[in-house]
Amino acid sequence: METPLTGNIRPDREPPSLKEYEKSGGYRALARVVSGLAPAEVTAIVKDSTLMGRGGAGFPTGLKWSFVPMGVDAPPGPRYLVANADEMEPGTFKDRVLMEGDPHQLVEGMIISAYAIQATTAFIFLRADYDLAEKRLKRAVAEAYEAGYLGKNIMRSAYSLEMYVHVSAGRYICGEETALLNSLEGKRAIPRARPPFPQVSGLFGKPTVVDNVETLCNVPHILANGAEWYKSLSLTAIGGTKMYGVSGRVNRPGWWELPMGTTVREIVEVHAGGMRPGYALRGLLPGGASTDFLVEQHLDTPMDFTSIPKVGSRMGTGTMIILDGKTCPVAFVLNLLKFFAHESCGWCTPCREGLPWVARIVKAIEEGQGEARDLSVLEEHCVALAPGRTFCALAPGAVEPLQSALKYFREDFERHIKERGCPWRAA
Amino acid sequence: MLSDTERQEIDSEIRHAPAKSAVAIDALKIVQRERGWISGDAIKDIARHLEMTPDELDGVATFYNRIFRKPVGRHVIEVCDSISCWVMGSDSIKDILARRLGVGEGGTTPDGRFTLLPVDCLGACHRAPAAVVDGELHGELDEAKLDEMLGELRAKEP
Ligand SMILES: Cc1cc2nc3c(=O)[nH]c(=O)nc-3n(C[C@H](O)[C@H](O)[C@H](O)COP(=O)(O)O)c2cc1C
Ligand code: SF4
Ligand code: FES
Repeated sequence: METPLTGNIRPDREPPSLKEYEKSGGYRALARVVSGLAPAEVTAIVKDSTLMGRGGAGFPTGLKWSFVPMGVDAPPGPRYLVANADEMEPGTFKDRVLMEGDPHQLVEGMIISAYAIQATTAFIFLRADYDLAEKRLKRAVAEAYEAGYLGKNIMRSAYSLEMYVHVSAGRYICGEETALLNSLEGKRAIPRARPPFPQVSGLFGKPTVVDNVETLCNVPHILANGAEWYKSLSLTAIGGTKMYGVSGRVNRPGWWELPMGTTVREIVEVHAGGMRPGYALRGLLPGGASTDFLVEQHLDTPMDFTSIPKVGSRMGTGTMIILDGKTCPVAFVLNLLKFFAHESCGWCTPCREGLPWVARIVKAIEEGQGEARDLSVLEEHCVALAPGRTFCALAPGAVEPLQSALKYFREDFERHIKERGCPWRAA
Repeated sequence: MLSDTERQEIDSEIRHAPAKSAVAIDALKIVQRERGWISGDAIKDIARHLEMTPDELDGVATFYNRIFRKPVGRHVIEVCDSISCWVMGSDSIKDILARRLGVGEGGTTPDGRFTLLPVDCLGACHRAPAAVVDGELHGELDEAKLDEMLGELRAKEP
């Protein structure tokens, strides 16, 4: 089984230095690109590879790049590539692994991607509290400058690129790509209206592409080995491997790079070693806090962008959170809702007012103050905060675990109301 | 007044930014690193340097969770209480720390050494329950590990 993204990663050891990265084949894809491929050819190869964005939404990466105006259509002045390294979706830790474990892989992926859109400047937008990743990325960027992979006339080509690491001051909404751009401009991280799309008018009003860290880490391998090779890594029609992860009461919480389309069951039972003794699997969020619950009957579903939606959820970030039988589903959902209510940026009313309201109702139910009609009020809110009703996808994401919990764990909500308290606390 | 170090570092950020105000967050973080937190005076100093109004800059400062507009201890203990850590017992981790330090959530010890700060997911969910102290990640926390960690922090200071 090939593991291109994590082949160089040795947990608990220093990441590969520039020399070691080069020895493993690093920066050869970049050499090939700047010496012989036109930007449009790079984009075409990435399109053919079927690479889809790993930040959660699964948008085709090459197609996204192709919206950047090029050639005679291109506005003069700077253009930007941004690596979205905000990774604040609760339950998600995959980009950390990639940045700490092989920082040059991200840097090379960014240079090639920047070349494809002819960006002049690239930013790594790194979340707060990733101090180790920050240190290692800054070292990798400095080494890349020294070796002539960054700066003026990269590898003696006509192409030049500057790269900076920006460390965030911490707020979940910064991960939303247009809020991220406002934050990079030194402002409050409030999402922007679309259109215009960032590819046309993004950072400082200039053409900008924002791609997730894991997405960008795939790029050097696609350029080194070709689209057909990349597609062959996957068990499904969408190419590549995927960084999967599991947290919660399993025997071996952790991360694994596996073929795209590996089943939920294989990830949980084989790689994560199954549930700990004494704990049963009650349900799981497949891809971070803002995805709908899956339950036992869904375990044989392949973890990919098209299969998981067929059973009512999303692959999201691909890092699962397990709900075990000894944990109260109502309290579990309350923890998520408190997070989302706190992290609402406050820009639009349904989210700013709606999420704290929903969180209060669920808190009341958990504490034994719930009323019979609360469940239908919660269901109404799930509709009121559905996609399209709010300015960005934070609020719709926030109600995904709630709406599916009301479906799969309804009897638990009802018991809280009837027994006027949490059965798990009493136990 | 900004110190020379602060001004130099902020200016080196400004050099590659299209507008001075674009480095607002970097500037706040530089000053916070030097002073521990961002006082009203710090807001005024930075705002003047970036040619912003203090209100504008404060609007930015208060938006972000890791810009401290109140004094914090010399060691900020950030305990994750998001979902995976909560499942794995972050409530008891917070309780133990609160008892050991004698402060509530968000509180600072009277000697100004420690602040106990519950925070959102630290991106270490497979190592839950997790905390970050002075920039360093601690995972798989339990009572013994907390005591060891507090002991080390106390030993670092006279
Ligand atoms: C509230 C919210 C938070 C997000 N956080 C992140 C994040 O931390 N990292 C990320 O890559 N994408 C995040 N996204 C998705 C981005 O908006 C964007 O789709 C992504 O960075 C595009 O990259 P990709 O095409 O490579 O996936 C978030 C979206 C929303 C609505
Ligand atoms: S949905 Fe929430 S987070 Fe998104 S813009 Fe509206 S208030 Fe802000
Ligand atoms: S939930 Fe605590 S580190 Fe992610």
